[in-house]
Amino acid sequence: MQTNRIDVREFIQDHYTPYYGDASFLVGKSKKTSEVWSKAEKLIEKEIEAGIIGIETRVFSGIDAFDAGYLDVENEVVLGFQTDEPLKRIMNPYGGFRMLEASLDAYDVEIDTEMAENFKKQRKTHNDGVFDAYTSNMKTARSVGLLTGLPDAYGRGRIIGDYRRIVLYGTKALIEFKKSDLKDLENLPANSETIRKREELSMQVKALKQMEKMAQSYNYDLSHPAENARQAIQHFYFGYLAAVKENNGAAMSLGRNTAFLDIYIEKDIRLGVLTEAEAQELIDQLVIKLRMVRHLRTPDYNTLFAGDPTWVTESIGGMGEDGRPLVTKTAYRFLHTLTNLTPAPEPNMTVLWSKDLPENFKRYCAQMSIETGAIQYENDDLMRPIYGDDYGIACCVSPMRIGKDMQFFGARANLVKALLYGINGGQDEMKKDHEGLPIKVIDSIEPMNLDQLEYEAVWANFKKVMRELAGLYVNTMNTIHYMHDHYAYESGQMALHDSSVHRYMAFGVAGLSIVADSLSAIRYAKVRPIRDENGIAVSYTVEGDYPKFGNDDDRVDHLAVEVLEFFSSELKKHETYRQAEHSLSVLTITSNVVYGKKTGATPDGRKSGAPFAPGANPMHGRDDNGALASLNSVAKLPFENVCQDGISNTFSIVPSALGRTETDRRTNLVGLLDGYFNQKAFHLNVNVLSRARLLDAMENPSKYPTLTIRVSGYAVHFNRLTREQKLEVIQRTFHERV
Amino acid sequence: MITASYHSIETMGLVDGPGIRTVFFLQGCSLRCNYCHNPDTQHFMGTKRLSIEEVVEKAKRYKSYYDASGGGVTFSGGEALVQGEFVALAFEALKAEGIHTCLDTSGYGASKYYSAVLKHTDHVLLDVKHVTDKAHEALTGKPLKGLRHFIESLKESDCKITVRHVMIPKETDAYDVMDRLLEIIEPVVSRVDKIEILPYHKSGVEKYEAMNLPYVFASVPEMDPERAQLFEAYVNQHLKRMQMASPSQKAV
Repeated sequence: MQTNRIDVREFIQDHYTPYYGDASFLVGKSKKTSEVWSKAEKLIEKEIEAGIIGIETRVFSGIDAFDAGYLDVENEVVLGFQTDEPLKRIMNPYGGFRMLEASLDAYDVEIDTEMAENFKKQRKTHNDGVFDAYTSNMKTARSVGLLTGLPDAYGRGRIIGDYRRIVLYGTKALIEFKKSDLKDLENLPANSETIRKREELSMQVKALKQMEKMAQSYNYDLSHPAENARQAIQHFYFGYLAAVKENNGAAMSLGRNTAFLDIYIEKDIRLGVLTEAEAQELIDQLVIKLRMVRHLRTPDYNTLFAGDPTWVTESIGGMGEDGRPLVTKTAYRFLHTLTNLTPAPEPNMTVLWSKDLPENFKRYCAQMSIETGAIQYENDDLMRPIYGDDYGIACCVSPMRIGKDMQFFGARANLVKALLYGINGGQDEMKKDHEGLPIKVIDSIEPMNLDQLEYEAVWANFKKVMRELAGLYVNTMNTIHYMHDHYAYESGQMALHDSSVHRYMAFGVAGLSIVADSLSAIRYAKVRPIRDENGIAVSYTVEGDYPKFGNDDDRVDHLAVEVLEFFSSELKKHETYRQAEHSLSVLTITSNVVYGKKTGATPDGRKSGAPFAPGANPMHGRDDNGALASLNSVAKLPFENVCQDGISNTFSIVPSALGRTETDRRTNLVGLLDGYFNQKAFHLNVNVLSRARLLDAMENPSKYPTLTIRVSGYAVHFNRLTREQKLEVIQRTFHERV
Repeated sequence: MITASYHSIETMGLVDGPGIRTVFFLQGCSLRCNYCHNPDTQHFMGTKRLSIEEVVEKAKRYKSYYDASGGGVTFSGGEALVQGEFVALAFEALKAEGIHTCLDTSGYGASKYYSAVLKHTDHVLLDVKHVTDKAHEALTGKPLKGLRHFIESLKESDCKITVRHVMIPKETDAYDVMDRLLEIIEPVVSRVDKIEILPYHKSGVEKYEAMNLPYVFASVPEMDPERAQLFEAYVNQHLKRMQMASPSQKAV
């Protein structure tokens, strides 16, 4: 049997039990879970104080490189940590050695000199490879911040292994399937693609064997299919654990597992060998383990993505193609961990929303959003027709079919800078060369010397810049992923995919609302640039009013749509590495603050260095027609075939404005989500909290140890944001009424 | 073409009638409530105008939310009834589009349009400021007569009614005030779904400062929300009793 015959979906469809009831069956945490969680919490508190618990400096990353680790062996019902001690972090040198050294320096930890020197002498990294092949243009675009957050020095992440395959088939059978696929390649001519595939399949087989070995260190056998719920959860977790031992990608997401795992749990409950309390205990303890996944990062990285996120994204709910909801009791049990274990950012709970979801489930999700602020919502009715009913979300908003698709993560292009280059003849508005002169990033753009910016001329130049940028971006990504495949291949995760995997190349944009507002200002108001001695526009005066993105005003909203459609179509003109399918996201995560810092003043009146709005959000405070107008503007941004890697929108509302009673609040939030997604919107982060509460939390962090907020595509403990990020979050629009 | 003077539009009101609602705040009010949270909507010299077409066009954009939540459009103010003719025509146009209509009112407006307005109104949020002539006048500048008159018109309509009362400490936080409130709404009691007791709070004060108006209520403390809840429970219990006691009127 080949891997393309593996069918986890069919197993789910044949065996799962949809659940239409309410949350009343849920139970609290068990005594064992209380013990384990209280130990875990203490350790996490210690980590927040110290910055880090420890680093394993004796060995480098690898699926079977570490000894078994335990937190409380008597009470743990799900076993396994990344290293031999909980929260002790892994050194992963394969993405780039300099990044590793910077992380070790930051925490003042020393690595054995001989081990480091040997590695550097004998092993080339992904980062080395990339910089051997980068062109001078690519390096310039990177250093000025036109292309940002590129995964060229660490793991690319955003790959979801189908960890369920280990549960359903066991590693032994998976190895046989992969070997069979490898055999099929034997008759092909040995061209570079075939050779690469053979090499990769062989690496995947080795990785599966390493998983077996890793499980054996816990006296556990992974080779056979799981026979009951306990084994199902343990098999599943070991599959994921292998991924986070081998890789340190920004987003190491989990997939879509609750309906699958529910089959095993419900069967055991039916047989009378598992109680509800024990079922919840398994899920609670799985989630404790997921909350304790760590990667070694540099402080720089933490200013980009605050709060040590790992994006253990779990996609919950959604509808099946046959019209039955993929909501099971285990979907409830999973969300219920937010109650049993206190609210927390990880795993990144992502509800796949459909108008057809059971009302009870909708109301429960709304209740958990209001109580914990830890859930994000994505439109299943928009994704299901494209991806079927066994897709999941990687990272924040990236959909992919589990075990069938992967993506080449591409961070994002700063479109605000691109617009400014259109005004400044392709020169950067901030960064200067060693002689103090402006740096030219994009060639053949005529500088605009007019006293007042003229809409048609700016548009034409902006398009020229986007056209050039698209080529540069695709080629940069091709370089990165070629080298990543060579020097930091994710053999464990790819072993849990079909061998003939479909690849996306996920591009991204930042600063969309500023671009739209700037174009609108130039068109509908009078914008005059103020230039420095080099002729670079360093600030702007805006005379008169203009329509602003976020007010459901087509005059400006269509500008945003046009920019996305144009940039997407330009990207698609360039050939991608391994024929990956182009996709695009409008997402910034928390890096909107850093991007803002690196970007000069803009024609919409935004000051130099001021933060961008996150993701596709309207600029702070400019959406002044109320929340529905703001949501409608974002809902206009096109998903299918344009921004198919996701459009992120973060929404904050004051509890008293959401409704007078708890019931009203729940009903209104459900109506809000239904109304928003019915008009083809893609994603919504929901925060129900007040600005006053955040201000208080800033002054008195110890009063709010678990205050969790949704930023852009992930949740974070508010206390773990930098001061700048906290201020930016507080400045965002809060929808309120007196 | 008839237009209305308006203050602002809130596209998402979640505490202004059932479900998710778009709220049009019309400009101008003949009451001068001491604690008014929106004193900037009281005067009649507004400059912004709104047409019926604009109301309908705007509302249609949010129909997806109304349909999902049982919401619709609310006209508030100021006092929407002051521009009664406009409200009547706007509600008629909204109803033609299948949009649920709600009127947020204190019952003081252009009385000749009451029946026309109520003909196209699904739901009324009826704000009862105080319960005796003297006290009502002291608080709002007008005696109770106007409200009683509006309630008479309301009796002839068939809209649902939610009664609201802003409770002021040491002023209306008393059981006899609650009893009198029930007496006032007695003519329409069968159609009242609930009575909401909103604890007085000071969040409109900055507006007074900004407008250089004296804030008469400066020394009045905020109402304790938990205490207000006790009165809310009491008054709703008695509301239910009254409704059971008058079976001749159709129940809600």
